[in-house]
Amino acid sequence: MVARGPAALVLEDGRIFTGSSYGMVGETFGEAVFATGMTGYQETLTDPSYHRQVVVMTAPHIGNTGWNREDDESARIWVSGFVVRDPALRPSSWRATGSLEDELVRQGVVGVCEIDTRALTRHLRDRGAMRVGLFSGPAATAGPEALVERVRRSPQMAGSALAAEVSTTSAYVVPAVGERRYVVAALDLGIKAMTPALMAQRGIEVHVLPATATFADIVAVQPDGVFFSNGPGDPATADREVGVLREVLAAGIPFFGICFGNQLLGRALGFGTYKLTYGHRGINQPVLDKATGKVEVTAHNHGFAVDAPRTGDAATDFGTARVSHICLNDDVVEGLELRDASGAVRAFSVQYHPEAAAGPHDASYLFDRFVDLLAQSCAVPS
Amino acid sequence: MPKRADIRSVLVIGSGPIVIGQACEFDYSGTQACRVLRDEGIRVVLVNSNPATIMTDPEFADATYVEPITPEVVEAIIAKERPDAVLATLGGQTALNCAMALHERGVLERYNAPLIGANVDAIRLGEDREAFKGVVARCGAESARSVVAHTMDECLAAAQTLGYPLVVRPSFTMGGLGSGFAYDEPDLRRIAGAGLQASPTTEVLLEESILGWKEYELEVMRDHADNVVVVCSIENLDPMGVHTGDSITVAPALTLTDREYQRLRDIGIAVIREVGVDTGGCNIQFAVNPVDGRVIVIEMNPRVSRSSALASKATGFPIAKIAARMAIGYTLDEVPNDITEQTPASFEPTLDYVVVKVPRFAFEKFPQADPTLTTTMKSVGEAMSIGRSFTEALQKALRSMERSGSSFHWLPTSQTAQEALTQSRRPTDGRIVSVQQALRLGATVEQVHEATGIDPWFLDQIERINAIAAELTSAPQLGPAQLRLAKRHGFSDAQLAQLRGMPEAVVRGVRHALGIRPVYKTVDTCAAEFAARTPYHYSSYDEETEVSPREKPAVLILGSGPNRIGQGVEFDYSCVHASFALRDAGYDTVMVNCNPETVSTDYDTSSRLYFEPLTLEDVLEVYYAECQAGPVAGVIVQLGGQTPLGLAAALKSEGLPVVGTSPEAIHLAEDRGAFGHVLAKAHLPAPQHGTAFSIDEALDVAHRIGYPVLVRPSYVLGGRGMVIVYDDASLRTYVEKATDASPEHPILVDRFLDDAIEIDIDALFDGEELYVGGIMEHIEEAGIHSGDSACTLPPATLGAFELARVREATRKLAEGIGVRGLMNVQFALAQDVLYVLEANPRASRTVPFVAKATGVPLAKAAARVMMGASIASLRAEGLLPATGDGGVMPAHAPMSVKEAVLPFARFRTQEGTVVDSLLGPEMRSTGEVMGIDADFGVAFAKSQLAAYGGLPTEGAVFVSMANRDKRAMIFPVKRLVDLGFRIYATTGTAEVLRRHGIEAEAVRKITERAEGASTEGMTSSIVELIAARRVQMVVNSPSGALSRSDGYAIRTATTGADLPIITTVQQLGAAVIGIEALRGGPLRVTSLQDHARDLDLYGRGTARS
Repeated sequence: MVARGPAALVLEDGRIFTGSSYGMVGETFGEAVFATGMTGYQETLTDPSYHRQVVVMTAPHIGNTGWNREDDESARIWVSGFVVRDPALRPSSWRATGSLEDELVRQGVVGVCEIDTRALTRHLRDRGAMRVGLFSGPAATAGPEALVERVRRSPQMAGSALAAEVSTTSAYVVPAVGERRYVVAALDLGIKAMTPALMAQRGIEVHVLPATATFADIVAVQPDGVFFSNGPGDPATADREVGVLREVLAAGIPFFGICFGNQLLGRALGFGTYKLTYGHRGINQPVLDKATGKVEVTAHNHGFAVDAPRTGDAATDFGTARVSHICLNDDVVEGLELRDASGAVRAFSVQYHPEAAAGPHDASYLFDRFVDLLAQSCAVPS
Repeated sequence: MPKRADIRSVLVIGSGPIVIGQACEFDYSGTQACRVLRDEGIRVVLVNSNPATIMTDPEFADATYVEPITPEVVEAIIAKERPDAVLATLGGQTALNCAMALHERGVLERYNAPLIGANVDAIRLGEDREAFKGVVARCGAESARSVVAHTMDECLAAAQTLGYPLVVRPSFTMGGLGSGFAYDEPDLRRIAGAGLQASPTTEVLLEESILGWKEYELEVMRDHADNVVVVCSIENLDPMGVHTGDSITVAPALTLTDREYQRLRDIGIAVIREVGVDTGGCNIQFAVNPVDGRVIVIEMNPRVSRSSALASKATGFPIAKIAARMAIGYTLDEVPNDITEQTPASFEPTLDYVVVKVPRFAFEKFPQADPTLTTTMKSVGEAMSIGRSFTEALQKALRSMERSGSSFHWLPTSQTAQEALTQSRRPTDGRIVSVQQALRLGATVEQVHEATGIDPWFLDQIERINAIAAELTSAPQLGPAQLRLAKRHGFSDAQLAQLRGMPEAVVRGVRHALGIRPVYKTVDTCAAEFAARTPYHYSSYDEETEVSPREKPAVLILGSGPNRIGQGVEFDYSCVHASFALRDAGYDTVMVNCNPETVSTDYDTSSRLYFEPLTLEDVLEVYYAECQAGPVAGVIVQLGGQTPLGLAAALKSEGLPVVGTSPEAIHLAEDRGAFGHVLAKAHLPAPQHGTAFSIDEALDVAHRIGYPVLVRPSYVLGGRGMVIVYDDASLRTYVEKATDASPEHPILVDRFLDDAIEIDIDALFDGEELYVGGIMEHIEEAGIHSGDSACTLPPATLGAFELARVREATRKLAEGIGVRGLMNVQFALAQDVLYVLEANPRASRTVPFVAKATGVPLAKAAARVMMGASIASLRAEGLLPATGDGGVMPAHAPMSVKEAVLPFARFRTQEGTVVDSLLGPEMRSTGEVMGIDADFGVAFAKSQLAAYGGLPTEGAVFVSMANRDKRAMIFPVKRLVDLGFRIYATTGTAEVLRRHGIEAEAVRKITERAEGASTEGMTSSIVELIAARRVQMVVNSPSGALSRSDGYAIRTATTGADLPIITTVQQLGAAVIGIEALRGGPLRVTSLQDHARDLDLYGRGTARS
């Protein structure tokens, strides 16, 4: 058995859980959030949207299938800390190339294990996401008051602009699989690898641009459509990106956004955004497509949401907007669409993750919808 | 979309008797369905022949037909009730088969009562193997590859593409004759060569082997708007090759990455759509190659199943309940999640715990049966446990088996790692312990994986348990850190006691002194994302408990644990009724049980549910937790059968308020010596008997009272280890075996009464008044276990005088023992002497049957009496009839017949033949049916129809009777001839019949052929005749040692040919009356509600004039 030293998980409200060290020994800070997926820890760890967050897994056994070469959603682990109840001793999967814990150590991720993750989850559910510190090794030996104090001095999530920290620094192209039918400029605000992959499968050549890209940079790739990805941070801090998006919409270029991209579309259309008490992080969330009345089970990872009227149309600078999807658990806005004067959809976005990874594939039709939008737009001479 | 307006009345088809592979999980699903439909204002018509179920309680349907589930009878019900729709997807394969037969006969169309849930085409696509392969292919998934070959060259070519090993299945041979595994070309030449010859069409099917692959199941739900959710994933710890019902299974799946899991999910959803299940639950099974992840779809069931009951309990998502809502038009997003109340059912549950299910077998009842686990299901029950880790859940599940040796142990052993490894190669009951031993003794995870195919992740966890055990053994003392670690991984106090060589009570004392107690978490469908409103708890050694405070006094009800032969759904029935009655009376009820198949473990049944093993430790901890939450008024141990009863004394000595009959009184009834005093004081005779602690003592007793004697260990249920012996030699053999079985308790030796009528009574006693629930007369003579024998209520032949004697004797016993609540007494009436065979101060197996036959909720009344209500007060409030009771039934009362259902056809010996079907004092039935009608003949005929397909109305009957029965057989056989039956008989029996002017064709015994006796003119042997189904019924009473082999051959052939077999002369008489009744015209159907109205025990003036 692995020798584990004591470790502490310290919340900013003063609650402390004591457990054992896991992954890298040391200390780390971030926003404590819980994720309820029973599979997909590798995708979760490598999802840039989790940047600066300490992820608590509610599933008790983590690491069972080890680490493999195929399931990364980006080039590195982004979570700032990892909390599990019962780490696997031995990975078991024909695809595994190593163990999860070795990978955490290799990438310097500090974790805590063997704590009552359910008690912690209930605490976060009742009091909301909050700052947390994980301490193991010598760092754990300081007194509780000192540790709480250190957590309280760590940065807040609300008001944080983080997209630039996770984005690619240089543009790259994901080529279309088979015949190239369309070109899309995708702003990387923390993009997951599966997103351009699913577009490419549909004949889209994806030009992934850094988060700092300007409207001119976008136009330069002569896109048939523009995509804004998921990503970490508070959308209220992204005025620059919102400005770029307003230029895209004004130019009438078809737009699709996911997660952070959905929040930016909301802001571009004049809606507000707000922080949810404890967010949606799981792969079992029921979302209603208001157009079809059908329910899809979807992957979520968001701490912020768009504040828009659930019913009816809203006039915006770019046309009529309406909420297209809502979460059936709590009525949170999960999708927006923008129509022009003729009633045709010009732009749409969803708060959840149709690219899944991890999660169910129920919403993958949205990529087809994007292709349809590109097709209509290309058919109309501009 | 809201509820369909065109459905105002639904016929729900139940699953009939409990059999292996179809148990009380369908009572759970059917009960849920009935409740939901009635809540929706729909008139519910129910048919189910199983009286032991909750669903057949009259309050769960508007019209409850306890009638055989055959197309003819169900058609009669449809004709009478004219339902708008038929729901058959919640009653197992029985209901589905009946629905298909109704469709084929045009009944559904004729009465305009279409199937809801799954339609006919979907059912067919799910059932037809070839058609289903097409479905799988259209969904872009794979079935096991196979090739049909007609020559050896074709076989060899097929082997090239499929690879070895191969499964060879000759086409159209009986019972899989000639099938086998070919590991290489010589194997293939040999097996396929023989197979091609054996096949009438010179055809063999070659299929790739998926033995040893990982096995998974998904439970999928669909609504008519095509919304689909996956409720649960289940992973089998035992790989492919062991039936999923016999495998240890785990939820959720633990060894798949998200990519692989989503692939299974995509396929599952595509298949349910392609098959076209309109609405409801489906179960789909997969095999996954552990080497490369290749996925093969094995099968799907377009209905709820054992797995869906397990999935419902494992997740808190009630599949059957929601399936019923879907069937009448709701969509998933319109139905709220009961547990959160805030969120809809259109989501996928996520678990923050691990669920382990372990099957319970009954091979000890069938010593001849081959205990190797195969693709044919053999387990009779299961226990489920929930823990915050796999190790915790697994160890809890293993101790839930309540069977010595089922838990991991670290006792000194002479076994080597190699021996344990060899043992674990063959899948059997308890293989998991061999696996643990192999690892403990030094085998590596790789070696055990190679031997068993069990995924290394699981093996690694077992190795971790061994490592903790080693740490505990070597620790200088049992400190808090080690104790906490051990408890976190599911070690029981008993295991710790064993490891540390100290008494269990001391371990517990130390643990409590250190404040190490479990906390109780909640099953909430959502991993705590939303607050749970339903107190469905499980224990875990973790930090925070979720038991909320309460104000009302609580009553703990201990359930009966995993189903087994002798302790099944009947006991769950009583527990559930107690819970309902006590909730109505203002208590909070707290159910403790570990059987996922039952209604008692539905979170809707009690105020609180603890899904926990029924061991002393686990019950004490629940009690402690509930005492922290509020006042506890009592603990009920009398209703769950022997399991909770066995804890009574220990619970009381720990200071728990055990209500009802006291543990001291229970001892009076169960200890032979003490019971002898009770009998003597009451001047009641018992068969002569004695108690023995050794072989010599047993022989002394037998010589004193004379053979035959009935011997058994004390404190057993279901007659375990009970036999009738006729001589010293067999008594010796028995005592040697039995003392092994139960070391703490002595052997009871009773004089066995030949030719006695056995009588059963269920009664309620409050200290003052005796309420007789019902008196039952057995059809078979004493000596057949009461659970296996048919009986009638009211008693078919007893007169008022005998009934009065039975009542009086019962009252004296109740007083003498000190019963508060239910008591069951068995009497034998021989030469006009009423002997007391045994008295059990607890709910019996017949309580639900009695309740249904008399229309009085006996178990509810019992629970109230246990909590201190008097029978007089229950009469006054109308729970019991104002006057009279079930002991004196009015002359117009209908006859109810209970018949046992036996699992013999399910078991094979190692040589592949069926096991013997002879009845005896050891109980072996898995379930029961009830036939109810105006007179005995029709009621008996209905019971036979419900139990196994029914008595013949024409054709031939084979008769072979023991000498002692030959006189008694004359009249019934004569009557059969008068009714037009042809009679075949053995030489001796034929001779006796001929002397009485009854024509019988003599057929040869097997031994006659072997001994070269004159068999001229006798063309076929009995066995050939039976196998060719040239007879429609077999009558064979066992005739002692001489022709035991013949009797065995005859009975097994009959079981194999699925023909009715009659083994006692009393059964023969009943059968003849039944046959006559059947020939009297089509069966009429009457609902229990109508029967009760006509019977009018409550004196409401509704009786038939």
